[in-house]
Amino acid sequence: MRSGNFFTSYAADMALFRTPLERWRMGLFAVAIIVFPFVATSYALSLANQIAIATVGAIGLNILVGYTGQISLGQGAFMAVGAYSSGLATIEWGLPFWLSIPLASLFTAAVGVFFGLPSLRLKGLYLAIATLAAQQIVEWIVTHWTGLTGGTEALVVPAPRLFGARMNTDFRFYWFAVLAASGTALFTANLFRSRVGRAFLAIRDQDIAAEASGVNLFRYKLTAFAVSSFFVGMSGALIAHYRTIVTWERFTLEVSILYLAMVIVGGLGSIVGSFLGASVITLLPALIATSGRALQTSFPAVAGILPAVQEGVFGLVVLLVLILEPKGLAKVWSNVKTYFRLWPFSY
Amino acid sequence: MEVLAELTLAGLANGMIYALIAIGFIIIYKATDVINFAQGPLLLLGAYLGYTFLSLPIPTWLGIGLALGVAALVGVAIARFALRPLIGEPVISMIMATVALSSILQALIQGIWGVRPRNFPLNVDRPVVIGVAALSLVALGWFFRKSREGLAMRAVADDQQAAMSMGVSLPRTLSIAWALASAAAALGGILLAGLVGVSQDITAIGLRVFPVVILGGLDSIVGAVIGGALIGLVEAYAGGYIGMGVQTLVPYALLLVVLMVRPYGLFGKRRMERV
Repeated sequence: MRSGNFFTSYAADMALFRTPLERWRMGLFAVAIIVFPFVATSYALSLANQIAIATVGAIGLNILVGYTGQISLGQGAFMAVGAYSSGLATIEWGLPFWLSIPLASLFTAAVGVFFGLPSLRLKGLYLAIATLAAQQIVEWIVTHWTGLTGGTEALVVPAPRLFGARMNTDFRFYWFAVLAASGTALFTANLFRSRVGRAFLAIRDQDIAAEASGVNLFRYKLTAFAVSSFFVGMSGALIAHYRTIVTWERFTLEVSILYLAMVIVGGLGSIVGSFLGASVITLLPALIATSGRALQTSFPAVAGILPAVQEGVFGLVVLLVLILEPKGLAKVWSNVKTYFRLWPFSY
Repeated sequence: MEVLAELTLAGLANGMIYALIAIGFIIIYKATDVINFAQGPLLLLGAYLGYTFLSLPIPTWLGIGLALGVAALVGVAIARFALRPLIGEPVISMIMATVALSSILQALIQGIWGVRPRNFPLNVDRPVVIGVAALSLVALGWFFRKSREGLAMRAVADDQQAAMSMGVSLPRTLSIAWALASAAAALGGILLAGLVGVSQDITAIGLRVFPVVILGGLDSIVGAVIGGALIGLVEAYAGGYIGMGVQTLVPYALLLVVLMVRPYGLFGKRRMERV
C-alpha cells in the first residue's frame, strides 16, 4: 500500500515528471489542448487565447513575486513596454512578428533590469512602491511621447502574417499562444531545477542567509527581474499582435493588480497555480457578462449594474480564496491529487 | 508672486489632506505591516457618506460626526470579516485581501450611489482644510503617544507575539486600527469633496498617497505630515509652472531619488536584520 511518493535519488526528486501518473496527466492535457480548437466555438477560442497570453504574463510575474519574493506593481508597465516595442518594431522596421516578439521581450528584460536596480537597496513594501513608480513613469512616457507611441491614440499594428496568411484569427493565433505558454511553463519548470532557480528561492526565503552562503544578491536579483520581465514583455507583445491594436488603457495599474491577483489566487511559486489563476481571473468577468446578457432579456435593469457586479464578484472571489485556502488554487489541486492517491482508502 | 502664493496655498491644502489619508495608511501599516489598497474607495465612501448626511436637515457637525462614525463601523466590519481570518498568513495575502476589498467597496458604492458626480452640500475653504487636517493630525499623534489603545497598537507593531503575551488583544487592535484608518480616510474624503465635489476621481487620490508615505517613511507620523506637505507643494508647482500632466509623474520621480539615498524614507525607522 503506497502512502506517498518516496524518492531514493536526487535525480528522481528533481525530475520534471516525478511520477508516471504525472506524465500521463500532462500527456492527456496536451491532447486536450490540441483537440480543443477543432471543437470549440470561436468565443471559447478567444477566451483560450486570452488565458494562454495571461498565463505567460502570470508565470513571468510569479518568477519575481512567488519564487524570488520581490513584490512588483509594475506588471502593466512591463507589458506596455513589450507591446509597444513589438508593435513599433513591426511598423517602423517592418519586422515579422516572430522576430519582433522575441526582440521586444529582450528589450523588456533590459527595462526590467533598470527598474530592478532599486531592489538592491529596497525590500518588501518599499520595493513594491518603487515598482509602482516604474508603472507611473512608463505610463506617463507612453501617453506623452506622442511622436513615437501615438499618445492616448491607439497604435495600429499590421496583422501578423506567416507565408502570406493572416495569423491573428482566433484559430491560427491559438497555436502561437499555446506555444508561448507551454514554452514559458517548460522553461520555468527547468529554471527551478537549476542553480539559478535555487538561488532565487534562497533569496526569497532569507536574503541575508543566501548571501552568506555565496549567492550573489546583486547578480541574482537583477537576473530575476530580467527573466521575469522577459516573459511579461512577451505576453504584452502577444497581446499587441493578437489585437493588432495597442492602447495604453490595457496596461494601467489595474492590470498590474489583476496579475498580482492571478498569481496569489493561483498560488505563489507554482506554475500550475499561475495557469489556474490566469484562467479563473480571465474567465470570471466573461462568465458574469454572459450570464448578465442572459438575464438582460427578462430584466433590462441588469445592464446598468453589470460593471459594478463584475467588480464586486472579482473582489469576493479573491477574498474567499484567500480566506478559505491562503496558498491558492495550486494547493487545492495538490489536495485533490493527494486525496485520490490514497482513494478509496484514505485515512 | 500672486501665482506662487496661490499655488502654495493649494499645494498645502492638498498636502494636508494627503497627510490625513497617509496617516490612515500608516496606522494600518504600524499595526499589521499591511499596505492598504482599499484606501481610495474608503475615501470615496467617506465623501458619499458626507454627501448623504450633510444633505439631511441636521447640524453640520452632527452630519460629519455621523459620516465618520459609519465609516469607522465599516472599518471594523472589514477587520472582523476580511482580515481577522488572515492573521498569521503571509503579508502579501493580507495586501491582496485589501485589493479585493477595494473592488467590493467600489461595487457597493456604485450600487448605492451610482456613478454620477454630485455637488457637495458643504463648501470648504483651503485655510479651513489646512486647519481641520492639522488638528486631526495632532489628535492622532496624541492618541499614539499617550492613550492606552495607541500604545497597545505600537506594541503590536513592534512585536506581535510579545504584545499578545502581555495581554494585548490582536483582533481588537486590528479592529481599532481599521476603524481609525477608515475614519481618517472619510474625513479626508469629506474635505476633498468640499473642495472639488463628489466623483469617482476621488478614488485615484488613494494611490497618490503612496509617494507620501514612502517619502516620510512607512511608520512615521511626522514623516507623513512633512511628506504630505512636500508632495502637495511639488505637485502644485509642477502643475502650475510646467503643466503637461507632469504633476502625476514628479512625486514618483522624487520618491525614487529619495529612496536611492535613504531606503527607509526620510523619517522611517531603520530596521536591524538578523538571520
